[in-house]
Amino acid sequence: MKTAKTTWKHMRRSPYQSMAAVFMTLLTFFIISLVATVVVSLSQIISYFESSPKVTAFFKEGTQQSSIDALAESLKSSGKVSSVKFVSKEEAFKRYSNWNKDNPILLELVNADVLPPSLEISTYKIEDLDDIAKIIKESSDVSDVVFLKDVVSSLISWTDAVRKIGLALVIVFSVVCFFVITTIIGFKISQKREEIEIMRLLSATSWYIRWPFLLEGIFYGLFGAITGWILTFGLVLYTKPFLLSFMKDVPLVTLTPTFLFALLAIEVGLAILLGAVASFMAVLRYLK
Amino acid sequence: MIRLVEVTKTYGTGASALSDVTLSVEKGEFVFLVGPSGSGKTTLLRLLIKDMVPTKGTIFLNDINVTALPSGKTPQLRKQIGVVFQDLKMLMDRTIFENILLPLEMAGVDHNEAARKAKDIARQVGIEAHVEKFPVQLSGGELQRAAIARALVFSPQILLADEPTGNLDNTTSWEIVKLLQDINQMGTTVIMATHNLDVVNSLDKRTIELEKGKIVKDKKKPTDDKKHEKKSDKSEKEDEKGVEK
Repeated sequence: MKTAKTTWKHMRRSPYQSMAAVFMTLLTFFIISLVATVVVSLSQIISYFESSPKVTAFFKEGTQQSSIDALAESLKSSGKVSSVKFVSKEEAFKRYSNWNKDNPILLELVNADVLPPSLEISTYKIEDLDDIAKIIKESSDVSDVVFLKDVVSSLISWTDAVRKIGLALVIVFSVVCFFVITTIIGFKISQKREEIEIMRLLSATSWYIRWPFLLEGIFYGLFGAITGWILTFGLVLYTKPFLLSFMKDVPLVTLTPTFLFALLAIEVGLAILLGAVASFMAVLRYLK
Repeated sequence: MIRLVEVTKTYGTGASALSDVTLSVEKGEFVFLVGPSGSGKTTLLRLLIKDMVPTKGTIFLNDINVTALPSGKTPQLRKQIGVVFQDLKMLMDRTIFENILLPLEMAGVDHNEAARKAKDIARQVGIEAHVEKFPVQLSGGELQRAAIARALVFSPQILLADEPTGNLDNTTSWEIVKLLQDINQMGTTVIMATHNLDVVNSLDKRTIELEKGKIVKDKKKPTDDKKHEKKSDKSEKEDEKGVEK
């Protein structure tokens, strides 16, 4: 308790240095939160597309159910298909209604008759999509084939780029943050050199002198992690309605409290580590 | 109680502060350490609290080899030795009460117990009326008393006072010396480094004179040294003249 009071006094007496450290850690952890949220979201979108139907075959008006079933059977017999799902006109309209439940104008314009029946086909491997698409296109009953392979490939390359850039940003900001905390704590130790010397002469142990500085580093880390996370949380809450309507039925775990609190727990751990190691470096360097 | 055996301290610049000093101080003694500036008085006191280590020789405190004491044990050593520093070393941004309290807090003493002890000590040294003031608000004599109070909070066996009358007027100097004598009479060993020969000559205490890092005279308290009692008045006067020089 006494150590915490001393730490608070150290920060209060040099507010600009403390604010510099706090803003730096805040920025670092905001970037970490943001990168983590974006990368996890993109990865989830990819796995959703990889695990959900990748080829959708829409049938012409008046196609017999028996023709559709025959095509489904021939696809299944190829050995490359993991699932084939028939979506009737009614099912298609149900989905459409659900997606646009907040938009009555769009609902009024469409009914089950205008939506074609379709087959949603998933493959075991993404590479087999081309062969399956060829078989479907050969059928005279099929009016259109929606093929998601290119979308997934493009998403994968985007995620990869975001992950690399994000990782680089996280590393750069973490290193800068580390040195900012080390420099500020070191500067404060230098400012208090006389006081520290007096304390030592009055029988202070090394750890009595070190603890307030170590706590200060940990506080900067924790404050930055929590405020950075709060900013990200706010951003997620703000964009959630838009993302939910845009992503339709892609279940984004990043929008759930479980993910956000898990992220907070990881960041708090990282912050304590970053603050403690940075301030300990300063203590070792300046408190010989 | 305190024993220095052939202690030499040479600084990095090559300047020798102490040279082959051998002396011992018994429990309950009051010792004046005199000598011109640069004679090694402060160095000797700093060696006793392991603020520096001797280049050669050994220092014992109650059979503990201070020289070989690991740095982790230095705080324990310093709890046994109260020090009134020449420049007082008060923390200027803390009140007198907080300054006195500091060593107890550092030792992890319960706050209420520490506060009670700090108040008791402040009353003993006569500064209870000033405990809520900051060091800049106190006179030189009051500050010396505050520094003595802080040095006494652990009820140390030994009190080292480095020029405690240095910047004080005659009356205040005597008050401080009287206070140190009272502390000594309660059983604490007191070593006082001073330039104030009026005080030294007026009191019947052991006096160690240093010059250029060497002990040039060790005038024992007459009651402690029978040989000294046999000394002629003449030689004693000569000794005192030597101190004045």
